[in-house]
Amino acid sequence: MIDRDTVLHVARLARLALTEDEIGRMVGELGAVLEHIETIAALDLEGVAPTSHVVEVSNALRDDVPEPSLPREQILAAAPSVAGDGFAVPSPQA
Amino acid sequence: MTDHALALTASQAAAAIGRGELDPGQLFDLYRSRAAGERLGAFTWVAEAAPAAATGGALGGVPLAVKDLFCTEGVPSQSGSRILEGYRPPYTATVVERLARAGAPLLGKTNQDEFAMGSSNENSAFGPVLNPWDQTRVPGGSSGGSAAAVAGGLAPWALGTDTGGSIRQPAALCGIVGLKPTYGAASRYGMIAFASSLDQAGPLTRDVTDAALLLSHMVGEPDPRDCTSLRFPEPIVMPSRTDLRGLRLGVPAELSGEGIEPGVLAAFEATLEVARALGADVEPCALPHAPHALAAYYVLAPAECSSNLARFDGVRFGYRSPDAADLLAMYESTRHDGFGAEVKRRIMLGTFALSSGYYDAYYGRAQRVRTKIATDFAAAFERFDFVVMPTSPCVAFELGAKTADPYAMYANDFLAVPASLAGIPAMSIPNGFAAPPGGGTPLPVGFQLAGPAFSENRMLDAAFALEQALGFDGSSIRA
Repeated sequence: MIDRDTVLHVARLARLALTEDEIGRMVGELGAVLEHIETIAALDLEGVAPTSHVVEVSNALRDDVPEPSLPREQILAAAPSVAGDGFAVPSPQA
Repeated sequence: MTDHALALTASQAAAAIGRGELDPGQLFDLYRSRAAGERLGAFTWVAEAAPAAATGGALGGVPLAVKDLFCTEGVPSQSGSRILEGYRPPYTATVVERLARAGAPLLGKTNQDEFAMGSSNENSAFGPVLNPWDQTRVPGGSSGGSAAAVAGGLAPWALGTDTGGSIRQPAALCGIVGLKPTYGAASRYGMIAFASSLDQAGPLTRDVTDAALLLSHMVGEPDPRDCTSLRFPEPIVMPSRTDLRGLRLGVPAELSGEGIEPGVLAAFEATLEVARALGADVEPCALPHAPHALAAYYVLAPAECSSNLARFDGVRFGYRSPDAADLLAMYESTRHDGFGAEVKRRIMLGTFALSSGYYDAYYGRAQRVRTKIATDFAAAFERFDFVVMPTSPCVAFELGAKTADPYAMYANDFLAVPASLAGIPAMSIPNGFAAPPGGGTPLPVGFQLAGPAFSENRMLDAAFALEQALGFDGSSIRA
């Protein structure tokens, strides 16, 4: 079920470029892993609720009091490219 | 003082400092020079000197090795990935901060599988870690650097994370103690996320007492910065139990037979006899859905990782591909160049499992299997105090032995992931040695206990009694 087109579609969804070599390997490797995963298809899970959280908790809320965030310049210092007081990125339609 | 200080467990060192018999600055320097000169590939960064405010506190200044994926302010925190090479975060993870305040200053950052994805530490962008017992073999993963550092005497103790066995399995392969707490017991704030519903921080230590001591300073009040962190219902106390009278141990047939090396199984069964001799009632139990845990895990963890790792896009931090024509190409080539092969594989797997048309068949079903696994454990804990099984199906394997087949590597986790999916605490303690298949020098084996949520105190007590009976000596130094 995993063919080249599926790999290309999923890679696009994941925003991941792949080389020709990687595409070929993904077809084989993902297919092999999914074959093992398929074993859960045979289980009877009728009426079983999906896990949403493993430990029973109600909402964890802190007091709604504003606190300072990290300074902007400290955050921008880690960015690969900065313009003014924001992150710089290539144009979407370059 | 060198040999003497190295022979001390972290708790012994903290006590010696408290009595004024050991200088914390000298202890830090001793480990600092060992960590800086090591040849196992265990560290990715080593502190120049102890922070000035590090001494004092209940832990007295016993230095702590910290897995690379914990954010540490101003210190490289790369999660084993090229995409975060050189990244120095502007803040520190809550547990690291809490431990530093308690008197466990940061000694260094330890190597790991990239974004904690792996069971051999061969997926690090910064090279593999070698097992101190046999340097042709892996230390396990993903907290392989932390495990090797402790086993090799390069750090008194270490912090790791466990998503599907990443503390317990390397602890087993390196002959040390590793504990994954109840999900939510320790704050995840500042841990670079892999699979958020599973990730949990925990100690890797030379003995059970050290694990209790480190854990006691990791849990407590919930962290306002992690809404999944929970109030631990009681303080962690130092274990003292010397017998197992009245304790019921369940041995799941599904996790104590097929797929496990004969030497590992023999060591496990010998320890069951020790447990009986200590007064425990050891009986078979059933976890009927445990054989499906691995499949469910390898849907859920990749699904969560594909979402968590979307943040690495070259915009706000880390690596950016230099020559992309437009925004989309920048994202795609940044992620292509920055991520290693296993991370790409899991992002692809997870994106596929969450994609339109496949979501119910994979992610939805896996979440239902997860419920069944948690229900199996809950049923077992009605009759038993703990479920016990080996930690890893094999002893440390040779570097490169399992890298060609992704699922063969994933299969290393099948004894560890059931407890992960159920969110319950589990720990591995040294359980003697077994020769690898085909013969050779015997290598460490782990014995695993899993208990109900928040049973850490009772589990540490049981593990302590077993440790004393097995006669494990936590003072060996091997690197």
